[in-house]
Amino acid sequence: MSLPPSSQLALTPSQTAGPFLAIGLPWPDGPFVVPEGTPDAISISGRVLDGAGEPVPDALVETWQAAPDGSFAHPDDPRGPAGQAGFRGFGRCPTDPGGRYRICTLRPGAVPGPGGGTEAPHLDVSVFARGLLDRVVTRIYFPDEQAANGADPVLATITADDRRATLVAVPEPGAGRFGFRFDIRLQGGHETVFFDV
Amino acid sequence: MTTEVPPVPGRLVLPSYQRPAGVHPPLNSPGYASSALRAPGLPPVRLAQGLTEITGPLLGAERVTVADADLTTRHRGEPLGERIILTGRVLDSGGRPVPDTLIEIWQANASGRYAHGVDDHDAPLDPNFDGAGRCMTDSGGRYRFVTIKPGAYPWRNHHNAWRPAHVHFSVFGRAFTQRLITQMYFPGDPLFGQDPIFNSVPDPAARERMIARFDLATTQPEWALGYQWDIVLRGPAATVFEATQERR
Repeated sequence: MSLPPSSQLALTPSQTAGPFLAIGLPWPDGPFVVPEGTPDAISISGRVLDGAGEPVPDALVETWQAAPDGSFAHPDDPRGPAGQAGFRGFGRCPTDPGGRYRICTLRPGAVPGPGGGTEAPHLDVSVFARGLLDRVVTRIYFPDEQAANGADPVLATITADDRRATLVAVPEPGAGRFGFRFDIRLQGGHETVFFDV
Repeated sequence: MTTEVPPVPGRLVLPSYQRPAGVHPPLNSPGYASSALRAPGLPPVRLAQGLTEITGPLLGAERVTVADADLTTRHRGEPLGERIILTGRVLDSGGRPVPDTLIEIWQANASGRYAHGVDDHDAPLDPNFDGAGRCMTDSGGRYRFVTIKPGAYPWRNHHNAWRPAHVHFSVFGRAFTQRLITQMYFPGDPLFGQDPIFNSVPDPAARERMIARFDLATTQPEWALGYQWDIVLRGPAATVFEATQERR
């Protein structure tokens, strides 16, 4: 059930977003997948760091995720209409001069994975910046989902413990289940795992 | 606030998006100095596309006004420079139009200066030009912007380095896998040969696909030059996806 290869058009290549993406891409409501103060809202914040450990002040972090019930606000979710009507699922935050970003959202639910397993709650992340000729893609998992993370088929593809750990957020001290920290290291020691999607 | 969602049937048919082998620039591109400390050193891990990847944000028209597609009429006066019309279609690799998808653009002014505090190029700002535009594709995947032709500008990548004139384009498509940020260039630019960003795309034919085509039919007499540029995103092919778990 695949499409005939004869109809293939060649793809448009990627180019860097450059140092001035802040002219065109940030939105006032971008970081707020849900409004601040929404019941059960969580905060995910962190820094984007380069290979020298220096903050990247001109990056854009984008997130995409399921709703708390594991549904997607999208017609290609074959399980039917989204349970969380109106949940945007998408966050976008430019980094500040300290390389910091912050997203306010709801915890995603688990989703069925390709091949029959269940993917633990996660967010897909794209990072764009000067110096990145194409986006880099990673995932954010949650530290208080140890059982689900242990059964996650994507985490299972990364065998080195220290590499896998780069995909799991850490609790923000004092924030309980509502605040998480997730740093993105583009290069070097503790480099974040990036995915070919 | 969790509502009941139907359980997953045993077998589902989901699209799977082709991987863009050989099209995009390698992240580590020695000619582009900014990549030295930012390009990951380790190869990416192949991710099997699942529901998170084959869906994506469907950002509605509520985010865009008609005026956002005309970068020449948003200020008190008209910007300086050569007025142009940029238009084309967003398609997937199967040739299908991508309707109702958000396109965002940003660019330098006619003098080659960005309206951004970090740009210290010794060229004038234009109080009538901020360089940002947005529109939604129509039902046929078409978009259309009115703007001015951006100028070339120097940068410090290497001695006497100049960027060819370009417009930054950001496109969502309908799936996370289709997300694309790129640059559109103008035909015949003499600066292509020395530009490490343009040339970071290894395949010469692929580089050509970043260059708009001057089009007399799009050009409006006594008013603006017209350029056509189509954007092609990764396309879906249907594959069977096994999913037996219920949502938690």
